[in-house]
Amino acid sequence: MSTVVETHDHGHHGPAKGLSRWLFTTNHKDIGTLYLWFSFIMLFIGGAMAMVIRAELFQPGLQIVQPEFFNQMTTNHGLIMVFGVIMPAFVGLANWMLPMQIGAPDMALPRLNNLSFWLLPMAFGILLSTLFMPEGGPNFGWTFYAPLSTTYAPNTVNFFIFSVHVMGVSSILGSINIITTIFNMRAPGMTLMKMPLFVWSWLITAYLLIAVMPVLAGVVTMMLMDINFGTSFFNAAGGGDPVLFQHVFWFFGHPEVYIMILPAFGIVSHIIETFSRKPIFGYSSMVYAMASIAILSFVVWAHHMFTVGMPLAGELFFMYSTMLIAIPTGVKVFNWVATMFRGSITFETPMLFSIAFVALFTIGGFSGLMLAIVPADFQYHDTYFVVAHFHYVLVPGALFGIIAGAYYWLPKWTGNMYDETLGKLHFWLTFISVNVTFFPMHFVGLAGMPRRYPDYALQFADFNALISVGAFMFGLTQLLFLFIVIKTIRAGKQAEPEVWEGAGELGLEWTLSSPPPYHSFTIQPQVK
Amino acid sequence: MVMPVMFSSLVFSEDSDYNMKVGVTEVSQSIFELHMLIFWICVGIGVIVFSIMFWSLFKYRKSKGAVAADFDDNFWLEIGWTVAATLVLVWMAVPSTQVMVKAYDDAEGEINILITGHQWKWHYKYLEDEVGFFSNLATSQEQINGEVPKGEFYLREVDEPLVIPTNTRIRFLITGNDVIHSWWVPDFAVKQDAIPGFINTAWTNVPEPGIFRGACTELCGIKHAFMPVVVRAVEREEFDAFIATKVALAEEERMLTSKVWTKEELMERGEGFYATNCSACHQINGKGIPPVFPALDGSQIAMFDSKKHIEILMEGVQGSAMAAFGDSYSEVDIASVITYTRQAWSNGENGDGVIVTPQDIVAYKNRIDL
Ligand code: HEC
Ligand code: HEM
Ligand SMILES: [Cu+2]
Ligand SMILES: [Cu+2]
Repeated sequence: MSTVVETHDHGHHGPAKGLSRWLFTTNHKDIGTLYLWFSFIMLFIGGAMAMVIRAELFQPGLQIVQPEFFNQMTTNHGLIMVFGVIMPAFVGLANWMLPMQIGAPDMALPRLNNLSFWLLPMAFGILLSTLFMPEGGPNFGWTFYAPLSTTYAPNTVNFFIFSVHVMGVSSILGSINIITTIFNMRAPGMTLMKMPLFVWSWLITAYLLIAVMPVLAGVVTMMLMDINFGTSFFNAAGGGDPVLFQHVFWFFGHPEVYIMILPAFGIVSHIIETFSRKPIFGYSSMVYAMASIAILSFVVWAHHMFTVGMPLAGELFFMYSTMLIAIPTGVKVFNWVATMFRGSITFETPMLFSIAFVALFTIGGFSGLMLAIVPADFQYHDTYFVVAHFHYVLVPGALFGIIAGAYYWLPKWTGNMYDETLGKLHFWLTFISVNVTFFPMHFVGLAGMPRRYPDYALQFADFNALISVGAFMFGLTQLLFLFIVIKTIRAGKQAEPEVWEGAGELGLEWTLSSPPPYHSFTIQPQVK
Repeated sequence: MVMPVMFSSLVFSEDSDYNMKVGVTEVSQSIFELHMLIFWICVGIGVIVFSIMFWSLFKYRKSKGAVAADFDDNFWLEIGWTVAATLVLVWMAVPSTQVMVKAYDDAEGEINILITGHQWKWHYKYLEDEVGFFSNLATSQEQINGEVPKGEFYLREVDEPLVIPTNTRIRFLITGNDVIHSWWVPDFAVKQDAIPGFINTAWTNVPEPGIFRGACTELCGIKHAFMPVVVRAVEREEFDAFIATKVALAEEERMLTSKVWTKEELMERGEGFYATNCSACHQINGKGIPPVFPALDGSQIAMFDSKKHIEILMEGVQGSAMAAFGDSYSEVDIASVITYTRQAWSNGENGDGVIVTPQDIVAYKNRIDL
């Protein structure tokens, strides 16, 4: 773990030795590395929970776990994947790449940066420890609807609330740092409209985070009050309103799903232009599309609540606004395709993951569009069709974006090329298993299987067995990824500064040595 | 690329087991058609976009000597596809709005049924006739545990289905008693959340007799997967006969309340009631699942405090999973289950053995009413 960054000596400026390097580090690369390893470890913990879920669902009947534990697994799997894998991985990539992409020596607020990372292991330590307490961990779904999560929750819900608060603080501090860095530390000549798209995607994401994390904190605080201090925000018996919970939660929750995809948009844009050897098509429309997605994401939240009994006008409003989001999303896909058109394309591992991203994310977009159609959503809602939708946008979407980014920048980070043959093997195994796992979920959902069920009727048995096989294959394949990453860190063909043919033209990070110096740009470069 | 499309069109045909249910009502059929329309539009867009993409990937391979062109923008192209996307969305939005207006018609029903979600069973009440009953999962625990083979309607069968007449406008008033549940019958395309403190409405009009199976679709705790919905639609005459027997039964029940009950009679009735309504949490052997669900065997309340015992059953325990049973069950049921739990296991020997009768429950209710 400690060999990611070679010591490039500028006298006393090198990293400290041993454990204290990681505990007290204020270096953007060290912190980026910590975030990425944290996220990787959580991927395996959350993944192990998914394996428990799929093992139980392999056959109808209760075989391996009881429903109370099953519910804890679905809940913690969701919480960990969202808050412990996707988000920290993006922050890790931001830490590594933002200073290098904008020509800065480091992040603007390095001590804050250290704090915002070290809050995370604490938050997840608390969350995971609840699983070993007598009443068990959170079991009310990652969306933790009241009153199941208040009046009817296990008493460990207080730990859950605390850990969500800590995660929220971490995200807000991280976002402040990112915004400050982008606004103050760009190289001379880099105007906003010359910023790399990954930087743009993170600028927008950071604003979304600052806007909605306090809403999440608000909703869990209201829960805390209901549970411990006798208020009745969500308790109907005391005059409260359980639907209020859902409005507040989804006002956070929908922007949150875009927080989990925008940085991937940025990464994939860079990779597609690199391996098409052609600059991204429609740069400014890419920026405007991300901005409109972010703004629209504040007015669509109730599409998660079409069955709570809103008035007709409300249902229609949220249907139309949700359909609108498909336009900027579509524009991005068209732009990626137009970038490939008449390029000079090669298929290295990052490009393979990015092509798969475009194709499979689009499928997730289509199912999103279907879900937006209110009357049809009455049939889809809370079935496996929704599970298929959000896994298509989150796994071959967000996660593929992260994996693609890791392959793309790993040679830059470590100075070593990864093993291309193993990388391609990893891609194909992942690509096949992801589809075997999640594609049939569409059918199981349409056929009527509700989500969050530990047991199911016999007619769903065949597809569920297939899904479980796919899931185990997917899980095992990620061990190969771990192997490839470790192998690359330890050895490999020496990487050029440019790494990818022609990349030197595309971004400042490729003008630095591979691996880059400990303080990225000590002299600010000039951007034409 | 071709594979998934072919596969999809197989699965997505109308009579497939793996497509949305066409259903039996006018609304469910229009929703199915809408679903297929949107689906094929998406397939159409997908075919266009993916063909261009994969063709480009194939044609402009560097290994075949492709040289990158030098363009990175085209204003009119960008405007063009934005407008095209908008038009497609309008094409989708129009029929969606029409179907939605039809599905959301909120007029009174000829028959109004109050549906209440409980942890973990449904209660149905016919508002015009003031009769109601609970509908519990009928699949045995042995089937779930795999000790005996699973039946055809595994997890989709109940002890007493909801019975409705055909060709009648039926309005459902849906609410929750404890947490949020959701009542779903795919064949009617009715899915409404059952939320404590709210009454949601939905309606249907079923043209033909049949048995229609559905599920709870909002996570509601441990037995979320074990509270199916079954609706039996019957001709009007059969429905009237069904209601008549229900009314007669209710009358009989009221008679039972005034009768003098022996301990044995109460015990026998209570044992059955306990098995269906309490054992999910407190377990058949009375040991509970501490610390979440307390044991009743050896409980101070069940052994020595019959007053408190009645109060817990009638009012529930605020802020816990122990619901109030008083509103939903008869005095006889409440009295018998209390008596049963005071006598069963070791409680009869070690406790005071007080017998609680239906009259005690009536007295309790009267006191509260004052
Ligand atoms: C959904 C789960 C659940 C069901 C079903 C349920 N209970 Fe309870 N019960 C509880 C919980 C939880 C408590 C503890 C409440 C507290 O004190 O916080 C409890 C407490 C009790 C107590 C008080 C025990 C003591 O020593 O404090 C009695 C008596 C009781 N239940 C009887 C019953 C009877 C009789 C039934 C069936 C009609 C029943 N319960 C059904 C969950 C349940
Ligand atoms: C074209 C764009 C999209 C549209 C129109 C769309 C629409 C929807 C709708 C209507 C639902 C609610 C379905 C229901 O519960 O019945 C939903 C659920 C969901 N979507 Fe999307 N979506 C889109 C893109 C995305 C993206 C990019 C992500 C994340 C990367 C995402 C993540 C989710 C998640 C996590 C849920 C389920 C939440 C839950 O109930 O647990 N979606 N989407
Ligand atoms: Cu959403
Ligand atoms: Cu449920």
